Amino acid sequence: MSIAPPLGLLAELTHRCPLACPYCSNPLDLERRSGELDTATWIRVFEEAAALGVLQLHLSGGEPAARADLVELTRGAARAGLYTNLITSGIGLDGARLEALAGAGLDHVQLSVQHVRAEEADLIAGFAGAHARKRGVARELVELGLPLTINAVIHRANIAAVDELVREAVDLGARRIEVAHSQYYGWALKNRAALLPSAAQVAETRATVERLSAELLGAIVIDYVAPDYFARFPKPCMNGWGRRSMNVTPSGRVLPCHAAETIPGLTFWSVRERPLAAIWRESPAFNAFRGSEWMREPCRSCPRKEIDFGGCRCQAFAITGDPRNADPACAYAPAHGSMDAAVAAAQASAGAFAYRRYTRSGERVPAAAAES
Amino acid sequence: MIGLAPDAKPRLARGVRLHEDKARGGHVLLGPERVLQANGTAVEVLKLCDGERSFDMIVDELANRFATERARIASDAEAMLRDLAAKRIVEL
Repeated sequence: MSIAPPLGLLAELTHRCPLACPYCSNPLDLERRSGELDTATWIRVFEEAAALGVLQLHLSGGEPAARADLVELTRGAARAGLYTNLITSGIGLDGARLEALAGAGLDHVQLSVQHVRAEEADLIAGFAGAHARKRGVARELVELGLPLTINAVIHRANIAAVDELVREAVDLGARRIEVAHSQYYGWALKNRAALLPSAAQVAETRATVERLSAELLGAIVIDYVAPDYFARFPKPCMNGWGRRSMNVTPSGRVLPCHAAETIPGLTFWSVRERPLAAIWRESPAFNAFRGSEWMREPCRSCPRKEIDFGGCRCQAFAITGDPRNADPACAYAPAHGSMDAAVAAAQASAGAFAYRRYTRSGERVPAAAAES
Repeated sequence: MIGLAPDAKPRLARGVRLHEDKARGGHVLLGPERVLQANGTAVEVLKLCDGERSFDMIVDELANRFATERARIASDAEAMLRDLAAKRIVEL
């Protein structure tokens, strides 16, 4: 089988992050600093990625600014010819560092925001003062001429503020905003009962985004990410497993998506041991769900199997216990009812957050309550 | 509606690059979370969108190079640039 090269690579430079957002899609078992790849290895990975056909590099985390070598890594990626996108909370970036990043060839910054009001934003982020610092970073970025996208992950604690979030993004000088409903992986799945909105709230958000897209045409681009718990068909997760993109963890394991390690039995190869091209083409984890041979019914005979690729393997595993099953987001999936049940159960929940934190080695994450 | 005056000097927005895709062949426009295939004509237009040439000059140059009716090139290029401007990929 001939395997087309990937278009994108998400580099999780570190799992360290000053914020503790409960909607984070990082794994519960966060990787530690001692295991992180060094500068030279990351730059080799970027060069191999460009040679393989990757066009866009997403420098992510955790908080990528927690890496002292972020400017050097950015320069290495830009030299390799990659389009470099920094996905950041803004914490750890000041004017001087942003200027150095721009000089290193950074193409674009995606800055997360949690809410339009400081008190609520800081409560979601689990970090006092985050809201104000992010606004400062946005202003510095725009002043430097770096193109800015605001990323707003939407959930029950901020869904009523979507209109204001979009207008604030325009005021901040962003060219683009992602109004992205939380996807339920990692910490977000753990916090699902506190985060899932109601069907009525989702319908209203969709209408708000449609109205604002027309009203603000030419001023800002709004990219809307729908919540698949309310969908009839699943999202074409990752545009198909091992089809378009790859993800490198802080310690160098290469994953078909950032949640893939939740699926038991998959073997992931590391950039420490193998070239990226060989991993893309031959690693058992990438080949596990490529194409459609692995599918069961109702996916196998479904006319949409080349459109949504059976949805998300990680979600199929998380909810049904088997990654080969249809994604329960699909109306044809036998487990589809469990999505409605999760939404109903969430509406009855009090909504306390389990904040994203490191836990001591070997310890299970306790169900922490929100500080409010 | 975004206007397109003859003396407009279109250019790619910062954060957008016209990139030769060696692995797959051809050119792509790279922007935030965007990879747009650029066909042959679009590539020729975009290469001239350097913020210095006016829209008029771009059309003249293309009409000359491809020996095509000027009005047709102007209307095709304008439609494309307006569309890309609405997506914040080109600045007019």
